[in-house]
Amino acid sequence: MNETLLVLQAACLTIIGAATPLLFAALGELVTERAGVLNLGLEGMMLIGAVAAFAATVVSGNPYLGVLLGALAGALMALLHGIMVLTLLTNQVATGLAMTLFGVGLSALLGAGFVGVTVAPLPALPVPLLASLPLLGPLLFEHNLLVYLSLLLVVGLSLFICRTRAGLILRAVGESPSSAHALGYPVIRIRYLALLFGGAMAGVGGAYLSLVYTPMWSENMTAGRGWVALALVVFASWRPGRALLGAYMFGGVTILQLHGQGMGLSIPSQFLSMLPYLATVLVLVLISRDGVKLRENRPASLGLLFRPSS
Amino acid sequence: MTKRLTPWLCTLAATGALLAGSVAQAETKVGFVYVGPVGDHGWSYRHDQGRKAIQAEFGDRVKTSFVESVNEGPDAQRVIRQLAASGHELIFTTSFGFMNPTLKVAKQFPQVKFEHATGYKRAANVSTYAARFYEGRYVVGTVAGRMTKSNIVGYVASFPIPEVVRGINATIQAARAVNPAAVLKVVWVNSWYDPGKEADAAKTLIDQGADVILQHTDSPAPLQVAEQRGVWGVGQASDMRGFAPKAQLTAIIDNWDEYYVARTQAVMDGNWASRNTWGGIQSGMVSFADWNAAIPAAIVAEAEQVKTAISNGKLHPFQGPLLNQQGEVIVEAGAKLNDEALLGMNFYVQGVEGSLPN
Repeated sequence: MNETLLVLQAACLTIIGAATPLLFAALGELVTERAGVLNLGLEGMMLIGAVAAFAATVVSGNPYLGVLLGALAGALMALLHGIMVLTLLTNQVATGLAMTLFGVGLSALLGAGFVGVTVAPLPALPVPLLASLPLLGPLLFEHNLLVYLSLLLVVGLSLFICRTRAGLILRAVGESPSSAHALGYPVIRIRYLALLFGGAMAGVGGAYLSLVYTPMWSENMTAGRGWVALALVVFASWRPGRALLGAYMFGGVTILQLHGQGMGLSIPSQFLSMLPYLATVLVLVLISRDGVKLRENRPASLGLLFRPSS
Repeated sequence: MTKRLTPWLCTLAATGALLAGSVAQAETKVGFVYVGPVGDHGWSYRHDQGRKAIQAEFGDRVKTSFVESVNEGPDAQRVIRQLAASGHELIFTTSFGFMNPTLKVAKQFPQVKFEHATGYKRAANVSTYAARFYEGRYVVGTVAGRMTKSNIVGYVASFPIPEVVRGINATIQAARAVNPAAVLKVVWVNSWYDPGKEADAAKTLIDQGADVILQHTDSPAPLQVAEQRGVWGVGQASDMRGFAPKAQLTAIIDNWDEYYVARTQAVMDGNWASRNTWGGIQSGMVSFADWNAAIPAAIVAEAEQVKTAISNGKLHPFQGPLLNQQGEVIVEAGAKLNDEALLGMNFYVQGVEGSLPN
């Protein structure tokens, strides 16, 4: 019995590690989409964040500086996306896809000199008393800074979006930018800020991959996580709490299918590796059954261009 | 005036370029197609070392080029054809999944010679070559069987092809020869190179009790996880000690240098012929990194003995008695599996947990 609990605890720890980069990217995209901007360039921004964070850590030796620079790099790329879709008014879908391709290529170019190098991962920061609790201690209170940050961010963003005036303005901009503009709020500036936040969070998600998950750089190391994060935002009905659920569900299924293989389950491994994506699609289908509810939750101006008329 | 001169200038420029190009053809062009990045510090890295050996050996007489991270699919055919059409006389395609694309392009370019790694289909201008990695796995399996305390060996595997299955079987055969209680757990990541998935797989195996991690994937990620969690690991295709100084027991190093230089020489001499090469420890294609200082001397001595025995032909990794998972005798005592049976291996031996996906 004790051994099973230990295996369960170890599995949960691995799941937390797998879910955290998804959670960061999804939370950032959630804020961006609440403001009405669609950012399909998540994958590229995560990769840019990963390479910037890794390079900064190799050069400076300080992983926290790396995380900061990863966030900055993601934000810079989001700024570029913003200039295209908010100022030059290009199509948001096409620009986002172009950003992804650009990010993949640019990160490979910048990272070429760092392949084969390794760094020490972000250290674990155990919470003084709580970390020594029997089973829950190592599970909840002995993580690195980014895991704590992701959980705090879920709570913080929930409060921000639903309980603060600034969050209300953000939602207003996303639901009806023309009304917000008529009331005098700087719609374009708010959208820029939301985009920058989204890009920064994608950058931190990427930094997690290259500084904690596999402390090295390799081309395309996100392996599609940016796209999964995009799906998770819809899965979460644009609510941070549900984004947490979605990220952990996806991470959970990913890790559990590996455990299934290790335990000798006689289901083909190719099917098992499909499972996380199948589960996500299944939940999306279930959510989309009620078209009215779906339209209620979705920010009304998502993906639509806004040209201030006065 | 300019309109009349332009066609003449163009013709002059084109002729000049052609002349320059034809003079440059005196050197032999050798092309390489890698399935992963050169920086994987594993499989593709070692092939690139072979390319550098060719460059060092022949200097100005060769011009080598490579394309890395080529997916095994339609993209591969395009890349191989591009190399064949741009004057390369010898092309190395270094992954099993390049087999059919290589053959298709070889049919269209009969003058170009192709060397396909780890495949089994040949043609008049297509050779195959591989290393008997399973011999290396047997040596490493002996050490794994001795060093494991939980009696669970973890294996991060890529695709269920015979080459990977041979590696799995050789490892557990060797481990159980010295430690009959050892078992082997396999996780398939369905990719040759995906550091994230490989790390996940390694973490899962360690969570389930494995304390020696082996891999048939190309990144150092499983070793990094082994180092972080304080268990043992084995480097794949090249010395990965830089990523896991405490955890790496040893590494199986692919050594393609001599073979590549020999084949390039054959093309330059004009006596290249299609053949199959399957070299092992004896030929030097399979070599090992230094042993970890933490391994007890007795175990190192035992492993060296096994290595010598395989090299001399006295010990064969798949000699009898060999039982499959159901307990049936596949090879009697005194006999051994021949090359053909090895090439088509599609079963697990006793000691492997789970069933083989097909």
